[in-house]
Amino acid sequence: MTGCADVVRVALPAHLRTLARVHGEVELQVTGRVTQCSVLDALEARFPMLCGTIRDHQTGKRRAFIRFFACEQDLSHERPDAPLPEAVAAGAEPYLIVGAMAGG
Amino acid sequence: MSGVRVLVGTRKGAFVLSSDGKREQWDVSGPHFPGWEIYHLKGSPADQDRLYASQSSGWFGQLIQRSDDGGATWEPVGNDFSYQGEPGTHQWYDGTPHPWEFARVWHLEPSLDDPDTVYAGVEDAGLFRSADGGQHWQELPGLRGHKSGPSWQPGAGGMCLHTIILDPSAPGRIFAAISAAGAFRSDDAGQTWRPVNHGLLSEGIPDPGAEVGHCVHRLAMHPSRPSVLYMQKHWDVMRSDDAGESWHEISGDLPTDFGFPIDVHAHEPETVYVVPITSDSHHFPPEGRLRVYRSRTGGDEWEPLTKGLPQEHCYVNVLRDAMAVDSLDSCGIYFGTTGGQVYASSDAGDSWAPIVRDLPAVLSVEAQTLP
Repeated sequence: MTGCADVVRVALPAHLRTLARVHGEVELQVTGRVTQCSVLDALEARFPMLCGTIRDHQTGKRRAFIRFFACEQDLSHERPDAPLPEAVAAGAEPYLIVGAMAGG
Repeated sequence: MSGVRVLVGTRKGAFVLSSDGKREQWDVSGPHFPGWEIYHLKGSPADQDRLYASQSSGWFGQLIQRSDDGGATWEPVGNDFSYQGEPGTHQWYDGTPHPWEFARVWHLEPSLDDPDTVYAGVEDAGLFRSADGGQHWQELPGLRGHKSGPSWQPGAGGMCLHTIILDPSAPGRIFAAISAAGAFRSDDAGQTWRPVNHGLLSEGIPDPGAEVGHCVHRLAMHPSRPSVLYMQKHWDVMRSDDAGESWHEISGDLPTDFGFPIDVHAHEPETVYVVPITSDSHHFPPEGRLRVYRSRTGGDEWEPLTKGLPQEHCYVNVLRDAMAVDSLDSCGIYFGTTGGQVYASSDAGDSWAPIVRDLPAVLSVEAQTLP
């Protein structure tokens, strides 16, 4: 686990890429410790239209059908302020924001 | 030459259908926001190019989109619909208290005279207002905070505030309808509210004539006679001649009085349209025949309108926000189906033709008359 970041790579689900008008991964400068919370703070600061689409406006809780993966781990149930893996903080691996498989 | 823009919300995106005043050839634009549920989109009466759309999904929640060019381009605006104060509880399906939880915006109602002011009716039932073009939303908590609020229960589709009518003759008078609480009226711009359900009888609730608890599906008003309201209730088509103070049934000779939408001719306040649906357990037209019914007498006497509509093997539904009228000289009527058809009539319902046949299930239809 890690301290501060260089550039964090974030992969968004297709609908949120469309909403944010980006293609491919997003690269974010994250200040302070690299955590779920600090990554999402940086993401929402750069793309305000994503506010409320990944986590609740008031509570900050992850929306039910959103998952966070990285380094082949499901980090969805980690505490928002828990440090993310070193490889994510160093930009070696992307932080994956995933729309859960559901529907029909 | 004048024209029409028809705004269609579907289960998988929004579509903008445009035509000149003849309403024979249509340009179809969309899907906008493909893959998202678009419960409703509507244009500002004060600025025809200002549109608002409610975009939502089970994964990513609620967004509001705004267009300033008639739907050619869109920008996401504010999507924070936080109930004011302690949310409190309403009744859940099993009768237990359930916290108010925001789910989605069902209906957007732009102000009659200010393009930046717009109201949003949401599930769980509440009314919000934005005065800055949708960037920020504030609840008008007097409605949800009505003393009857803790007793409200959701209908099968959720506890939605689906109808908002702004009275053009009395600034500050607003009508709202909630499934399954009933109709409500404010005379002070939404600060305070009272139920206006006297005369409704609903056999599905313990006290059929209760003050609240009625599953109102839709209200309609003609702007020239704002004291006259029409209502499609779960069962029963109703009319009020005193701004909701009292209601009487006008189902008359309809083949069934279950249905969802109701609308009024743009130039004839006594001409009303409904789409009878078999029952609450069979959400399709009687006998597999899609018929709009028109009353030219303000109710009770109804005629089926069938020309151009499928008269066999038709098992679609027409949802509560999926009918609209234009205000051209010969009034245009539009409705969309859960089968993805949008039908148009340019002769007040005498004949119909599909504009499109294969859209996703249609959730809402609005018509804008363009100069």
